[in-house]
Amino acid sequence: MNSQINVLEKIETQSIISSSLPSLVGNTPLLPLEKIGQHLNPQVSLYAKAEWFNPSGSVKDRPALNIILEALERGEFSEGQHLLDSTSGNMGIAYATFGATLGIPVTLILPSNASKERIQILEALGAELILTDPLEGTDGAIKKAMQLSKQEPGRYFYANQYDNPNNWKAHYQTTGPEILQQTGQSITHFVAGLGTSGTLTGVARYLRQNLPQIEIIGVQPDGPLHGVEGLKHMASAIQPGIYDPTTPDRIIHVSTEESYCMVRRLAREEGYFVGVSSGSAAVAALRVAEELDRGNLVTIFPDAGFKYLSDEELWKES
Amino acid sequence: MTTLKIPTPLRPYADGKSNIKVQGQNVDEVLQKTIQEHPNLRKHLYDDSGELRPFVNLFLNEDNIRQLQGVETKLDEEDILKIIPSIAGGQAAI
Repeated sequence: MNSQINVLEKIETQSIISSSLPSLVGNTPLLPLEKIGQHLNPQVSLYAKAEWFNPSGSVKDRPALNIILEALERGEFSEGQHLLDSTSGNMGIAYATFGATLGIPVTLILPSNASKERIQILEALGAELILTDPLEGTDGAIKKAMQLSKQEPGRYFYANQYDNPNNWKAHYQTTGPEILQQTGQSITHFVAGLGTSGTLTGVARYLRQNLPQIEIIGVQPDGPLHGVEGLKHMASAIQPGIYDPTTPDRIIHVSTEESYCMVRRLAREEGYFVGVSSGSAAVAALRVAEELDRGNLVTIFPDAGFKYLSDEELWKES
Repeated sequence: MTTLKIPTPLRPYADGKSNIKVQGQNVDEVLQKTIQEHPNLRKHLYDDSGELRPFVNLFLNEDNIRQLQGVETKLDEEDILKIIPSIAGGQAAI
């Protein structure tokens, strides 16, 4: 009897394949945008990197994990110190996820008009939240995080996603190489939204080293007041320290309304249920693709649509 | 008079003001009078057909006017109307 149990235990143990959450970051699929791009020249192909396949559901897993691991490696965290940062949502969810996994307490500053879903997810993951004046937007949250880190340097490790080079390096080390490999080095244009600018900066630096002719296109909202979560209107916002305005070859401005419309099309025509910034990226990528006779364009879809369901205006047909 | 609170990104289009006192019976009247005084605000709040842009949330005290009577929502003298960008969608907790 005992020997039977031992054999069973051995079989069960041998058949279990488990993974740690950090090991699952990256290696996201590259999806074709066939329906929305069906009017394009046949020699032009459009793809999106589906970043919602990351463990916490967004592209922000890459920089959040890299920032945390580099800080641990350099001994920048003291026992019991909190990771502190300002975030409008996804970066906070990534910090809170890996903070829980690695036993690091996380304090996040976000404007109080962040969506109900985001606040609920962050609370579920055990993050401490400090909500700032919605009239001040994400810049108000950034200022509050700076102030707190100066007031209580012993309590907080200020991760500072906007100025931390380990943000863009995460994309230089992972997203860029993945895109090069997934496209068989045939990518001609890379299109990405600008928030902290980490994705565009890191991917552009890696791809340019390998494909000097590649064109890099940044995407921004078309005005200072917009509804594209995660993107910044650089002219009117606090510019991230890691943003180099010479990195993109050009910038395409996209309206919130166009982004909303594209989010609905992506869901209904392609089956890609994505967030608003993916809509902006797709609008810009399509605009570039329409100018071309041939080329392989890649853009980034930062997250899925679940966190935007309570925004009734987004899902309404105009 | 109603106090209209202007978010930071829009203050450059309202002579740097964070609060504007406006006399108006309802939200639409307050917004139209504000735009008459600060015409550069118009394109940020309304689309070409004159509709309030979908991501512009207006909160009367604690309530989103979309859950009240929209731009027809009546205003009292002491009301505070806030223009809040829909940064992450959803119903904001102000």
